[in-house]
Amino acid sequence: MFDLISFIPRAIMQGIPLLYGSTGETLTEKSGNLNLGIPGIMYAGAISGVVGAFFYEQSGGTSGFLYVAIPLVCSLLGSLLMGLLYCFLTVTLRANQNVTGLALTTFGVGLGNFFGGSLIKLAGAEVPAIVLSNTSRYFSATLPGADKLGWFGKLFMSYGFLAYMAVLIALAASYLLKRTRVGLHLRAVGESPTTADAAGINVSKYKYVSTCAGSVVAGLGGLYYIMDYTKGIWSSDAFGDRGWLAIALVIFTIWRPNVGVLASFLFGGLYILHMYIPSGMNLAVKELYKMAPYVVTIVVLVISSMRNKRENQPPASLGLAYFREDR
Amino acid sequence: MNKKQHTPLFHVSKRGELPWYLSWGIRVGAVALALLVSALVTNLLTGENPVKVFVTIWKGSFGSARKMWVLGQNVAILLCVALAVTPAFRMRCWNLGGDGQMLVGCLATAACMILLGDKLPNWLLIALMVVCSMLAGAVWALIPAAFKAKYNTNETLFTLMMNYIATQLVAFFIIVWEVPKGAGKIGIINQQTNAGWLPQIGPSKYLLNIIIVAVLTVLMYLYLNYSKHGYEISVVGESERTARYVGIKVGKVILRTMLLSGAICGLAGMLLVGGTDHTLTTTITASRGFTAVMVSWLAKFNPIWMVLTSFLLVFLSKGGSEVASGFGLSTSFGDILTGIILFFILGSEFFINYKINFRKSGEKEA
Repeated sequence: MFDLISFIPRAIMQGIPLLYGSTGETLTEKSGNLNLGIPGIMYAGAISGVVGAFFYEQSGGTSGFLYVAIPLVCSLLGSLLMGLLYCFLTVTLRANQNVTGLALTTFGVGLGNFFGGSLIKLAGAEVPAIVLSNTSRYFSATLPGADKLGWFGKLFMSYGFLAYMAVLIALAASYLLKRTRVGLHLRAVGESPTTADAAGINVSKYKYVSTCAGSVVAGLGGLYYIMDYTKGIWSSDAFGDRGWLAIALVIFTIWRPNVGVLASFLFGGLYILHMYIPSGMNLAVKELYKMAPYVVTIVVLVISSMRNKRENQPPASLGLAYFREDR
Repeated sequence: MNKKQHTPLFHVSKRGELPWYLSWGIRVGAVALALLVSALVTNLLTGENPVKVFVTIWKGSFGSARKMWVLGQNVAILLCVALAVTPAFRMRCWNLGGDGQMLVGCLATAACMILLGDKLPNWLLIALMVVCSMLAGAVWALIPAAFKAKYNTNETLFTLMMNYIATQLVAFFIIVWEVPKGAGKIGIINQQTNAGWLPQIGPSKYLLNIIIVAVLTVLMYLYLNYSKHGYEISVVGESERTARYVGIKVGKVILRTMLLSGAICGLAGMLLVGGTDHTLTTTITASRGFTAVMVSWLAKFNPIWMVLTSFLLVFLSKGGSEVASGFGLSTSFGDILTGIILFFILGSEFFINYKINFRKSGEKEA
């Protein structure tokens, strides 16, 4: 029997990091920057939060507010720096976006695994592993009454605050892009920076702000994964390929963060589907189920390019650097 | 009314072609600067004197004969993947699927070795491995290419997704073929019979791979620079419209180039499984498909320079691991160093392509 009541919350918890990542990447791509560094940025966001929390826990802090604020601020700063680095290279120095993104991913994943693996040694602390259970307790605190309301509580109220924030940020991003002047300018920059520039929009500023904002949002996904999903336990490469899946999700939602809310839960579900499908003794088949999110993404990518509807296309200048004096 | 004119402090303009010694001077300068920053970072983290750190980095690659062979092998495989993706890049077709194409090549090779290892004579088996791996890689690249040619589907994202499908496919077959049952891994294939293992020539099992890739490098250089195909690739890369106008069938060029790209990636997988590793894991490619993108780009898509850039990246990651393991730190340190170097080289390209004109005091507005 397929246990929906336990499946859906787990799917949602899997989906939240993807939602953060894809909201961030959508904001970035709308400005014409194809940031393939998102996986690295999510690692960086996660490890910055871990470092902050680790030192606060080691110092024996007790303030509940600081237990949340320190990792959050550290994570935001970490991913902001990554975003700034990407912007400086691709917008100011007009470096190739694909290569910069891949370099950023190498760097970010390296950063995460390096500090995750060596933090204890570097800090000279006497603990066997990074287990931030105190911090995690605050991050994974569910809404009051979640366990009293039966299935309703389990489905809607059993998540940490970062999960709800992910949904709010996605909806806000969607509103920003579709309904505000800033969003209109941003989309103009992504579609045709030359036109936007001629209309008096500061192209570099929009690219910088949206890419950095995107990085910060994506970094939160990493923080959520460590502090809530794994209960504060860092293990090397645990975050896996979720960053790439987040980029897949951007395509799947056809650059719409509000669609991303449900789509990320769907992806999260596809990601853990193999655990719920009774395949008998055949473990091998389960590996094939794990392909599902990627296959679905490809199908969407192909269908949207076949139908060739203008509103479903990637931003026209995606991946290209803008230089005013170019023709 | 006299409106005050503001002249910006500097403005940026495109440069013409720089003489080669200047452009390479800038690049070497960037690498030197990056090494300095790397030394500083290492110093901050380990407290070790930077000169000693560089000695350790050097030892990571050249410390012993074995380490030098491993270095050669790693450079060869990375170079092979970089060679594979380069024709596609010259066409401005971003094949980020090198990893997946390589992985299916590994899979096809392993399949031949496992299923036919005791049924065929060794030379036939190896020939079959070469054909199958190249075919598998080619198919993996042709799928995105076909959609790109027909519907202009975004190949960057499509090939990216194909990587993970390949990973899961390999994971599936690893469980099907696992030895012993329930181990979740394959182990060394044909340990007793050595069926399908590429023959060892000279002192090391790595030498054959290095020679094959060296030959491939020269061939690729000739193909890209002195063949009609290579020329067509360049034209399509410069401007698709021009290509169409002069009568080049763009779709055909895309398909042909991606086919070549995938086939060589598959061959790289064969060299890895048949030549040295003799096993199959989901992480056997070690993200070389992505590193290859950087190798190729850093060398300006020139196969000869790629020898140098792939050496640089392998050298750094080996050296970084050596430093880190010496201090009991995580070996991912190599990735951080690689990142730093790449950022500096990426940034340095700006100073090669653009020039900064500072405001001159007392200059009259034209």
